[in-house]
Amino acid sequence: MTDAASQPPRPVSPPAAPARKSLLVEDARTKRRNAAERRFRAYGVIAIAIAMAALMFLLFTIFRDGSSAFFQTYARIPVAIEAEVVDPAGNRDPAEMQKVLTMGYGKLLENSLAAYVEQNGIEVEGLGDRDLSSFFSSQARADLRDAVLANPDLVGSVVEVPAMTSSRVDGMFKGRVTRESAAIDAKTSVAQYDLAMGLQERGDLRTQFNWDFITSTDSSDNRPEAAGLGVAILGSFYMMLIVLVLALPIGVAASIYLEEFAPKNRLTDAIEVNISNLAAVPSIVFGILGLAAFINFMGLPRSAPIVGGLVLTLMTLPTIIISTRAALKAVPPSIRDAALGVGASRMQTMFHHVLPLAMPGILTGTILGLAQALGETAPLLLIGMVAFVTTYPSAPPEGFFEPASALPVQVFNWTQRADPAFFERASGAIIVLLVFLLAMNLLAITLRRKFERRW
Amino acid sequence: MPPFWIMIAVLALATAGFLLGRSRSIRMVEGNTRVLHSRPTYHGWNVVLFTAIPALLLLAVARFLEGPGWLMWAALALALAGLAFSLSRVAPEFRARDAVERIVRGILIVCSLIAIATTVGIVLSLVFESARFFQMYPWQDFFFGTEWTPSFGGGSRLGMLPLLWGTLYISFIALLVAVPIGLYAAIYMSEYATPRVRSVVKPAIEVLAGIPTIVYGLFALVTVGPLLRDWIAQPLGLGNSGSSVMTAGLVMGMMLIPFVSSLSDDIINAVPQSLRDGSLALGSTPSETIRQVVVPAALPGIVGAVLLAASRAIGETMIVVLGAGAMARMDLNPFEAMTTITVKIVGQLTGDNDFASPETLVAFALGLTLFVMTLGLNVLALYIVRKYREQYE
Repeated sequence: MTDAASQPPRPVSPPAAPARKSLLVEDARTKRRNAAERRFRAYGVIAIAIAMAALMFLLFTIFRDGSSAFFQTYARIPVAIEAEVVDPAGNRDPAEMQKVLTMGYGKLLENSLAAYVEQNGIEVEGLGDRDLSSFFSSQARADLRDAVLANPDLVGSVVEVPAMTSSRVDGMFKGRVTRESAAIDAKTSVAQYDLAMGLQERGDLRTQFNWDFITSTDSSDNRPEAAGLGVAILGSFYMMLIVLVLALPIGVAASIYLEEFAPKNRLTDAIEVNISNLAAVPSIVFGILGLAAFINFMGLPRSAPIVGGLVLTLMTLPTIIISTRAALKAVPPSIRDAALGVGASRMQTMFHHVLPLAMPGILTGTILGLAQALGETAPLLLIGMVAFVTTYPSAPPEGFFEPASALPVQVFNWTQRADPAFFERASGAIIVLLVFLLAMNLLAITLRRKFERRW
Repeated sequence: MPPFWIMIAVLALATAGFLLGRSRSIRMVEGNTRVLHSRPTYHGWNVVLFTAIPALLLLAVARFLEGPGWLMWAALALALAGLAFSLSRVAPEFRARDAVERIVRGILIVCSLIAIATTVGIVLSLVFESARFFQMYPWQDFFFGTEWTPSFGGGSRLGMLPLLWGTLYISFIALLVAVPIGLYAAIYMSEYATPRVRSVVKPAIEVLAGIPTIVYGLFALVTVGPLLRDWIAQPLGLGNSGSSVMTAGLVMGMMLIPFVSSLSDDIINAVPQSLRDGSLALGSTPSETIRQVVVPAALPGIVGAVLLAASRAIGETMIVVLGAGAMARMDLNPFEAMTTITVKIVGQLTGDNDFASPETLVAFALGLTLFVMTLGLNVLALYIVRKYREQYE
């Protein structure tokens, strides 16, 4: 006998009959599950919306802050080139005139501005000498001096050249400096603000497109209005040239070997693991490598495009190798078989048949790698690309060894300066950088579209 | 003559060599190229390789190691010798193709060894300079010190812990932002979105990954930092610093969204449809299927993606340089400025440095720490992703 038998039999209740309901009526549980479903979907939509909104906000603020860097305010007032100031010797000899420093030309601009104020009857309360002298950028004096030295006939005449205003005056027309903030700022004043507005009313203060921002060199701390990107663009271009010339052939050669010829052994395994790891090494570590290996050990010059180019080459190589191998893998084996079948050697198969077919894919990967290298900043900081460079490097190959800047580093450089006008410049430089990147990405996409094929 | 012109001369010799070698091989068989073992082009290439490679190598050595001036001329002589030697070898039965292919293969191998050389270079430079640092500064104080006060006058305290704390704290906040957003975005894109929506949203999110980090850095410095300070930190009395852990973390999280979403998207797509169909057939709603079947199946891959994002966060430099400040401290308040390993590497190595002082060399020890940390995370992530991939193949 078992224990179970001793127990009274349990009454078996029939299963509760489900309430008969229409399928079309949701019960509480279904409702809950459907609500969960809707919530879950909404989370996905919200996540995507946040990501997109963040992207839009980022781009919007950069363009809002930076687009004004492409414009610059210039004053067009008659400037009297007084002979006694610029040519004290009175013989119009450029060599003698060289002795007059730019400060002297500042005096000319000041006097002319004061005369202009008087002539046009602009009434400004408390207009002092300082307001007049800091009205123009020190760049304007230098420009005027260059113009006079280049053409001594100007001496004694009255010329009307566009004179670059200082960053504060410029800021008044870009909304950065208001009448209220001008009162607090030690570098400007309400009088200067009123003066600028007075000039604008007469149409003699105009904001125009600023080519100098793209072509001229960096400038010192106290004249942000004159700072330009020329050296940075040239330096970035040199580095990209080096990366292209080194990384593309080396990367393609390495991928060909690993994909087509390498025996499967410890060494090639090690190389493969290495490459995938190198792709994920933080970029600043490449900067440390560049500093230790190229500058301290090999003695290459600091701040030179050659070192930046080499560091970026090492950084870009894994990207190029990975995309090239993918492109080679995508070429169907039938192509190889056919080439080998008619008697081509493996090397001939590779270089005459597989490589040309893989080339579009390789180029796309290379362009994307270059785009990544173009925006890289951290490793360049370590090899001294932050140097203040005011002369253009010469043409390659000598130019590779001369100090230069690079676009992203120039941005960083400007963010480290105190004057708020440099933030505008930094955002403007970022717009230039993004335009280059956009162009490269469009090129890569076009290439991919054009050569895309299915086998 | 500068090395550049010698290089041009060598290349010109090589070009001439190509034409000479080619025509010589054709002349030797009087135009009947079928008699040749290798096609005339290979004879040409053979001459090119013999002329250019040894000469260019010597030139590179002379240029970079600053050898004596006559080495440059020796390079030119070497090119001429190579030209003469290889031209003399042209003969109908000479296996030029095999010779060329052997050399090309050698070049290919050398190119792929550059990856190893780079790693070796990184490790050597980090280890050597770190060793010099540890000779001057006790390693216990570096790894376990809680104070970071470098002063180039001497008497600095170079404890790594505050930097490590800042790094991990910022990375944590970044992942807190990036993982949920990236993951939900990936789930929506791979499970719910129509192809048209997907073809717009996926590349748009990937744009975030293509933007240089200096752009995010400036965004953090100029926009996000002041915004957080004025709207959150100051009203709540949590501090009034524009640069903060929160600023850098939020912006970095934004940058990391595409890393999480793209990788997770690929991995979720790789989950076989049969699993979904089975779950749906049992009466699960799509969201139940995703939560209870698809995500668990994809989990190792997702973890791998998160680890890769974490290693990026730890090594990220420009966002923290501009967004997080330079104060080394260990604090829990996310609205305080803190600093990270990468910020201090930049800080110690920019400017005029004296490479004999511990204040400069500490950057290499920090770099080594960073390298080991990220390498560990990457290896772990790759291992997890690979292990997962084997399940459905």
